[in-house]
Amino acid sequence: DQVLHIVPETIQQVQHLQLLCSTFMLDLWKPLLPEDIRAGEDLHVRVPAPLVQEVKDSLAQHMISYRVLIPDVQKLVDQSMPREKSSHRGVSGGYIYTDYHPMEEIYQWMTQIQKNNSELVTQHILGKTFENRTMYYLQISQPSNKTKKIIWMDCGIHAREWISPAFCQWFVKEILQNYKTDPKISRFLQNLDFYVLPVLNIDGYIYSWEKDRLWRKSRSPYENGTCYGTDLNRNFNSSWGSVGVSFNCSSDIFCGSGPESEPETRAVAQFIKNKKSDILCYLTIHSYGQLILTPYGSTTKPPSNNEELMQVAKEAAAALKGKYGTSYRVGSTALILYSNSGSSRDWAHTIGIPLSYTFELRDTGTHGFVLPADQIQPTCEETM
Amino acid sequence: RAMELPPGHFPAARAAAAAVGYLRYLRGGPGSGLQLRQLRRARRQDIDGVGHKYYLELELEDVLDKDRTVSCTAEVLYHLGSNTSAPDVQLTVQGELRSTEEADKEFYNRIRSLEKEFVAENIPDSHGNVPPELEPIHLLAWAASGYVIWQNSMENTKFHLAQVKHVKQVKRNDEDLQFDFVILLHEMVSQEVLPWEVTLLWHPQRGARVPQSRAAPAGS
Repeated sequence: DQVLHIVPETIQQVQHLQLLCSTFMLDLWKPLLPEDIRAGEDLHVRVPAPLVQEVKDSLAQHMISYRVLIPDVQKLVDQSMPREKSSHRGVSGGYIYTDYHPMEEIYQWMTQIQKNNSELVTQHILGKTFENRTMYYLQISQPSNKTKKIIWMDCGIHAREWISPAFCQWFVKEILQNYKTDPKISRFLQNLDFYVLPVLNIDGYIYSWEKDRLWRKSRSPYENGTCYGTDLNRNFNSSWGSVGVSFNCSSDIFCGSGPESEPETRAVAQFIKNKKSDILCYLTIHSYGQLILTPYGSTTKPPSNNEELMQVAKEAAAALKGKYGTSYRVGSTALILYSNSGSSRDWAHTIGIPLSYTFELRDTGTHGFVLPADQIQPTCEETM
Repeated sequence: RAMELPPGHFPAARAAAAAVGYLRYLRGGPGSGLQLRQLRRARRQDIDGVGHKYYLELELEDVLDKDRTVSCTAEVLYHLGSNTSAPDVQLTVQGELRSTEEADKEFYNRIRSLEKEFVAENIPDSHGNVPPELEPIHLLAWAASGYVIWQNSMENTKFHLAQVKHVKQVKRNDEDLQFDFVILLHEMVSQEVLPWEVTLLWHPQRGARVPQSRAAPAGS
């Protein structure tokens, strides 16, 4: 493909160019619309490779002079991609982990990941969302004759926190790409299984792509369809409805009509309850804030294993900081952030899962929820 | 009489956000934007009949020149029982930031010479991108939102600018540049995203001023 620079001189030339653009459906870079083409003004147009000769011939025929601005568009595109992107192929054939992906692509990614890594990965149904979409989780498990403890990680409970599902996908890729060569990861997999739910609030995530980038909640209707969405992280059965919530559907922290009123909440809770004796660690990934939060949100009274929880979290924060210098604060939600009840992390801890954490990823407010894609890699690398 | 506060805990963090908002309004321009690198120390004093006063020591960096930091001591006074008056903020900044005189002048002249009034929307876009030519207006939005954040902060709120929904230049007969913004503020405690309409005046020597701002009416 080539980009041509043309400065039409007469009305007839303008008209001919407009005709060319519409006949061949050419990609006008400047101006944006054929009707804005003016004599004496710059025109930049991308011509697909198979049409280049024909278009040039037509220009010559009408005595329209042109200059080739970009002789090879693809080459320029390739050059402008950071080289690291190519190193992430193989695990799932070319998936770009340094971009944000819509739900359709994440579904396809899960299927691919399981297909390409079937010795380790199985895809399972967790349940259905309100809008009847299937919730899948990936189980990463090295075959062995000993029963292994489980680490559960869910991402995307809040729709607008796009860096969270991006991290889950990165995490899976990283494990699968390196388990044979990285002794730490290999040791993990000998003793533990990972269960990863890349997007918990699928309906909300899709809504944030299609309608409202800053949507947070699910998409279940209330009040006769005049109001939508429950904050899934206020909907769990842990001091439900007691503090840091709203009973008004129009609030962003609406806790639902009762504990586990939402299908997404029930899907997760049921599964975790069933497996709880094997789950060592519950992780839920959010943004933003750069925090590792421990139980509880509803009270400042510390959990029974607070020392252990804090120690592990502090070591995690130190390791994280060692990578790029990013500072994470550690502590309970009630002290560090605000009071809240009904969170998944608190619930997981109260049913007996000893290590339960909320990660709030980058950043601290400069970009907030709309974190640039070029921060996906460093965020994920440091969090690994 | 002032109580030491853990700087990592939310009461100090909320006061710091209000102080940073005020500072961005005071010092903001198209060539520089300050962000909080670290809250080093925080103390609180409850003053009978007046309100709660926070004493903060902040470390800030220029978003365009991250190796350069300045320290700032701030006093944030939240008035007792008042939901309508802004906290009083006093600041002292130690250290010098890089001069933005050139960049400011260049931006000023560029906007003044535009034939059509400048318009833009969704800064950053959904993927977090800000094209380089929109960075100066993005930083002016920080100054505008800094004013709104300062004016509306309370002890139980913490605001951040989530996105610039829309900005339109309004040509003026005097020397100021005028931009009418629609900004989206994220409030951390309620998790709400609140649209605000803010008018910002800016001039290279006179700096930023907000003559008017209001919460955007419902349904906008």
